[in-house]
Amino acid sequence: MIIGLTHYLVVAAILFTIGVFGIFVNRKNVIIILMCVELILLAVNINFVAFSTHMEAVGTNEPLAGQIFALFVLTVAAAEAAVGLAILVVYFRNRGNIAVEDIDMMKG
Amino acid sequence: MANVINFILPFLPELLLAFFASQLLVFGVVKKERTDLVRWIAIGLLVVFALAGLFVGVPGTTAFNGALINDDFSYIAKAIIGLAAAAALLFSESYLKSERLDQYEFSVLVLYAVLGMSIMVSSNSLLSLYIGIEMQSLALYVLAAFNRDSLRASEAGLKYFVLGALSSGLLLYGISMVYGFTGSLTFDTIGAVVSSGDVSPGVIAGMVFMLCGLGFKISAAPFHMWTPDVYEGSPTPVTGFFASAPKFAAMALIARVLMDPFMGIQDSWQQVIIVLSVASMIVGVFGALMQTNIKRLMAYSSIANMGYALVALSAGTVAGVNGMLIFMSIYLITSIGLFACILQMRIRDGMVEQISDVAGLSTTQPRLALMFTVLLFSLMGMPPLLGFFGKISAFYPAIDAGLTWLVVVALIASVVGAFYYLRIIKTIWFEEQDRQFVKPATALSVLSGVSTLILVAVLFLPFISAPVKTAFGAAAASLF
Repeated sequence: MIIGLTHYLVVAAILFTIGVFGIFVNRKNVIIILMCVELILLAVNINFVAFSTHMEAVGTNEPLAGQIFALFVLTVAAAEAAVGLAILVVYFRNRGNIAVEDIDMMKG
Repeated sequence: MANVINFILPFLPELLLAFFASQLLVFGVVKKERTDLVRWIAIGLLVVFALAGLFVGVPGTTAFNGALINDDFSYIAKAIIGLAAAAALLFSESYLKSERLDQYEFSVLVLYAVLGMSIMVSSNSLLSLYIGIEMQSLALYVLAAFNRDSLRASEAGLKYFVLGALSSGLLLYGISMVYGFTGSLTFDTIGAVVSSGDVSPGVIAGMVFMLCGLGFKISAAPFHMWTPDVYEGSPTPVTGFFASAPKFAAMALIARVLMDPFMGIQDSWQQVIIVLSVASMIVGVFGALMQTNIKRLMAYSSIANMGYALVALSAGTVAGVNGMLIFMSIYLITSIGLFACILQMRIRDGMVEQISDVAGLSTTQPRLALMFTVLLFSLMGMPPLLGFFGKISAFYPAIDAGLTWLVVVALIASVVGAFYYLRIIKTIWFEEQDRQFVKPATALSVLSGVSTLILVAVLFLPFISAPVKTAFGAAAASLF
């Protein structure tokens, strides 16, 4: 069997769905939510790289742009994780735990 | 050498803003106690930055190999964003001082957020769009949790972060689909591929994902669930900032994305925008009915107002973008004025933010009561005030585009929405006094007074409105 573009896209779609569901279904720990966010970004990166390697350089196509975008996503993901963990530490100092069901000071 | 200059020169204001923001950060680290100086420098920078593009900018130039574009639209948007952020810094001073939060990082973070927003509104490729949004959001997450000893503020920051990260995930997934099925990241190329007919469903799916991600940023229903909590939990001046500049930037970005690369699939995105718009108006007005906290009420009111702005966008015409710009600018003026008023609700023990706390304001502080009333009437859309004209210019293009039923829904929502604005006004004028507010800071009275005056200055309209109208018209036309 030849692994083609579709296979990569399906894997990415599955990862993306797991990530989105993980954010909403998970009721235990905020760290898991952060991991799910990373999972979503990973799915996107797989998409970008798969598209870029399966794209022919004809017409207006820019095969390299996708790989460059993937690098940018990696950097931004690192910055986002840093900010997210910092906010989480501040929250933990005030609340004493990081269980998702306890984040209910304000109804919503 | 000339090449390099052409490469970055059109983007010099942003580069200078980034440079000075970093310099201010270093200055703040060395001179920790000079927060006032840092704030005033930041306000000056923002005002200069806002006016720079408008007066010396050359429309039609691109920077960084076409990743960023300067046109009338981006200049107008940057001017409004810069001025709104300067106003937010101005009204933050007294609050931060009295809550012992007065740190120089606040001003620096606002500067970085404005930098991100100006990249958003002048983005001309999906990459710069994403970088701009992230740059703005990362600064805003930190601002939401700025009061780090408060459980409510850190909870607001956490909620904003989690849902904001999810929204950038959705946006990115959409971007990757659009890239994969059109083969390009630049708006011009995507636009050419999309309008060549024969659009693959992948592009449409990507466009819908992107609109979902952007819908989070303007807090359009059904992606609004973070708004009430974040508005309530964040420090009040931060909430005021959230309600103004970032909303405008995200709305301008949506306008550019829809009118530039995706103009060829207007039939598809029009449905998405209409759904978002109707849902926002319904959630906004009915959610606000039962609120007792005035910041939470403002959150629902902003959701409803985003719905009205989307009505204008759904027309997909020059007049529609023009109407959106006018409506959003008036909304920004109103919400800055309202938050300057809310920040004046301070008793000796600290801030109060319940609606019942303004009871009897008309006898204790008639001037503040009058300003509250004018601002709320304008938000409601009462005829002599500017808010009325904002709504007219937002709704007319939709009628012209044949979306009469959508405008009817919007008008019904406005009528229902009038109920909760009137409830505050009733509390102010007809209920017994129970709080004694302390004397407000000068900056707050000036800001709320100025925005109130702008809203009633409609009497002098012919003198001021003509140049503003031409500028907005040119800005809207430059997108097409």
